[in-house]
Amino acid sequence: MQMPPLDPAILARRSEIVAALRAIVPGEGVIDETDGMRPYECDALSAYRQMPLVVVLPETVAQVSSILRYCQDNKVKVVPRGAGTSLSGGAMPVGDAILLGLGKFNRVLEIDYANRCVRVQPGVTNLGISAAVEHEGFYYAPDPSSQIACSIGGNVAENSGGVHCLKYGLTTNNLLGIEMVLLGGEVVRLGGKHLDSEGYDLMGLMTGSEGLLGVVTEVTVRLLRKPSTARAMLLGFPTEAGAADCVAAVIASGIIPAGMEMMDKDAVKCAEAYVSAGYPMDVEGLLIVELDGPQVEVDHLVARVEEIAKARGATTCRVSRDEQERVLFWAGRKAAFPAVGQITPDYMCLDGSVPRGRLVEVLAEMRKMSKTYGLRVVNVFHAGDGNLHPLILFDANDPSELRRAEEFGADILRLCVRVGGVLTGEHGVGIEKRDLMGEQFTEIDLDQQMRVKCAFDPDHLLNPGKVFPKLRRCAELGRVVVHHNKLPFPDIPRF
Amino acid sequence: MAGTIKPRDSKELRQAVEWALADNVTLDVRGQGSKLALGKPMHCDQVLDLSAIAGIVDYAPEELVVTLRAGTPLRDVEALLAQRNQMLAFEPPDLGPLLGQEAGRGTLVGAVMGNLAGSRRVSAGAARDHLLGFSGVNGRGEAFKSGGRVMKNVTGYDLSKLLAGSWGTLAVLDEVSIKVLPAPDQTRTLFLFGLADDAAVQAMCLAMGSPHDVSGAAHVDGRTALRLEGVAPSVEARLKGLRELLATSGAKMEELGTLESRAFWREVRDVAPLAAAPDAVVWKISCPPTEGPGIVSRIRALRPATEAFYDWSGGLIWLALPASADADHATVRGALGAAGGHATLIRAPEAVRASVPVFHPQPAALAGLARRVKESFDPKRLFNPGRMG
Repeated sequence: MQMPPLDPAILARRSEIVAALRAIVPGEGVIDETDGMRPYECDALSAYRQMPLVVVLPETVAQVSSILRYCQDNKVKVVPRGAGTSLSGGAMPVGDAILLGLGKFNRVLEIDYANRCVRVQPGVTNLGISAAVEHEGFYYAPDPSSQIACSIGGNVAENSGGVHCLKYGLTTNNLLGIEMVLLGGEVVRLGGKHLDSEGYDLMGLMTGSEGLLGVVTEVTVRLLRKPSTARAMLLGFPTEAGAADCVAAVIASGIIPAGMEMMDKDAVKCAEAYVSAGYPMDVEGLLIVELDGPQVEVDHLVARVEEIAKARGATTCRVSRDEQERVLFWAGRKAAFPAVGQITPDYMCLDGSVPRGRLVEVLAEMRKMSKTYGLRVVNVFHAGDGNLHPLILFDANDPSELRRAEEFGADILRLCVRVGGVLTGEHGVGIEKRDLMGEQFTEIDLDQQMRVKCAFDPDHLLNPGKVFPKLRRCAELGRVVVHHNKLPFPDIPRF
Repeated sequence: MAGTIKPRDSKELRQAVEWALADNVTLDVRGQGSKLALGKPMHCDQVLDLSAIAGIVDYAPEELVVTLRAGTPLRDVEALLAQRNQMLAFEPPDLGPLLGQEAGRGTLVGAVMGNLAGSRRVSAGAARDHLLGFSGVNGRGEAFKSGGRVMKNVTGYDLSKLLAGSWGTLAVLDEVSIKVLPAPDQTRTLFLFGLADDAAVQAMCLAMGSPHDVSGAAHVDGRTALRLEGVAPSVEARLKGLRELLATSGAKMEELGTLESRAFWREVRDVAPLAAAPDAVVWKISCPPTEGPGIVSRIRALRPATEAFYDWSGGLIWLALPASADADHATVRGALGAAGGHATLIRAPEAVRASVPVFHPQPAALAGLARRVKESFDPKRLFNPGRMG
């Protein structure tokens, strides 16, 4: 993975930069010892590691503001970081950049049940929000698999999803307000406890911007009341195609389940061996479908889904009898990645999204590629919204396997784009998919995105080396080129 | 009088913008022009009429997505979706009658450009939450795209969010992909009668925070309306639950069936309660739901003739004030105080809209950011210049 070349002038000024940061954040909030910085050298995309220039852990918005003003004034790069659970390298350090960790922003500031929202600092974990309101019967809906560890600020940066976003939406659909610090140190508030923006929806733009536009220092999210009933179904099929057809049929029938996940045969085997969830072992494709709402609605929908599944050849159809069994059905799915980790030295997790109607074709094509590359692939994914998570199994100690795994992964993502899908459904571009952006976007598309970046960060100081395959200077991007056509459209109707 | 240029396809659209760029021609970008009376008045050199770039490109009900061209009438899209029991969950309103036009006009992309939404905003989101992707032309005459047709997509910046609610000032769209959802089998409404504004908002917030999946909460003319949608047995059970929950309010209750419910919520969506008095100025306030009654009472203390109704559980206030030269903008915005939120002037004579801020003024840092974002798309300010102030 090629990162931008380090700036020797910045490296030479390291002690001066450290001193400047110490003047802003006193005490142990600035870490410049190698051992102390080690925990920050990678995020959850741990194949790539890089020590930062220095780590700073501010505790107040004023400190964040001073740090970003310093960065702007001195043209020093800065990489924001929440809990460091990014699967795409979004929080991976850059060698000549300050790593700005927001872990100390860990307080719940206000819970407002009447307006169904909660205001928190960005370092609060995703699950921490639900935990703070659980006793009143409320929760925060987006539930990425890393929810026990990932921070809400990181969720905003990545527009995180999860199993339940099929029905309840992604971070962007559940976010009401943010406070953020711009490069240069200005603090702005977007949204609040009210809906929609008075002008351009900059909060919507910030969501999923991967830390390239600003540093979020406060987050207000929508709370939902927990549904009174939730039941999970295990639907086993003799073919993957049968399972995929069932997914499309459920949606087409007008049912939006709370979650609809698919696991292939190998994933089922691994998960079952790992947590004994009671999964059927004689199926090629397993669906976990969760329905929630009032008891009568859940009963009604369970019956309809059962009918649809049987018509599509389901050989197993089990409905959770109680909460304990529902949790057990999910336990296998939730542990699927570590379970697969038991049978392989390493695996690479991909994240392409495809139209549901192309699932069968994409799965079959992946099997073929698997043979070509001589590497196994296991599939566990959010079938309901077409978000694939193929796991490519390999051994990183074998350089040729690592290279083949990377090529295989890139081919799968190209396939996703070819059938009308996208490179990443929820993990983000980061450094991982950066160089594949050209598969999905033209140079003009990317230039337009980079111009938006320039509106926030004209010197490309925030989270450099991420998302964009190649950086162009903002001054160059800002030039307006006029094509002087003589009479360019003589035929267009005019009045 | 400005001339009109009417491209027939994406290529002609791009040529038109290239020409405008070369000759410094400002463009009044419109679909059917149904919302022209909303926003700051503009004085453009040319009208760019998108109504000929129309039609459904692809509709895949099982994918929950429809792709269509910019000039496609909203009504056509709704009719198409209805054939497959699907809908635009954000309930784009028909503001025609409110704005002094006939009903039933307007394009879907026009509704997206205003980020409009009806009562289901509280449970299903606004237009911004349903725009999956688009293609269009920026102010440099470049054809570009963003987003896609799939439900989950975090590849690159979510420019769809910026475009939704940009009132045509960032780029000219030629095609959009919109998320659609299954239409509910049944729609029922529970009315509570005689609650004062604050008691009504309290009841609505209680209902919204209940497990009964309320998909609309409005307070109009002394009636507090709660909407329940879904399959019959579920709706019945939730209606019962809501009645029990709200029994303590002491209000008399009544239920509406599916057809009457749909008519009622259509009127709320289209702001019909305020459309009758054509001379009144109309404001739309978005605020934290529990702040709604306080804001209205502060305005009424200064302007007793103010008419108001609430949607979004109290978080959306529609106001009608007697005609005045400045639309009482200082009174209305001043009433928000520290409550948070924003007020948009929806209907007022052109001269009034020219002299007062139609969109809620932003602090300097935000206004500067918004200006730089505008320039990143349209550096020469060709598209709808000045419409957002």
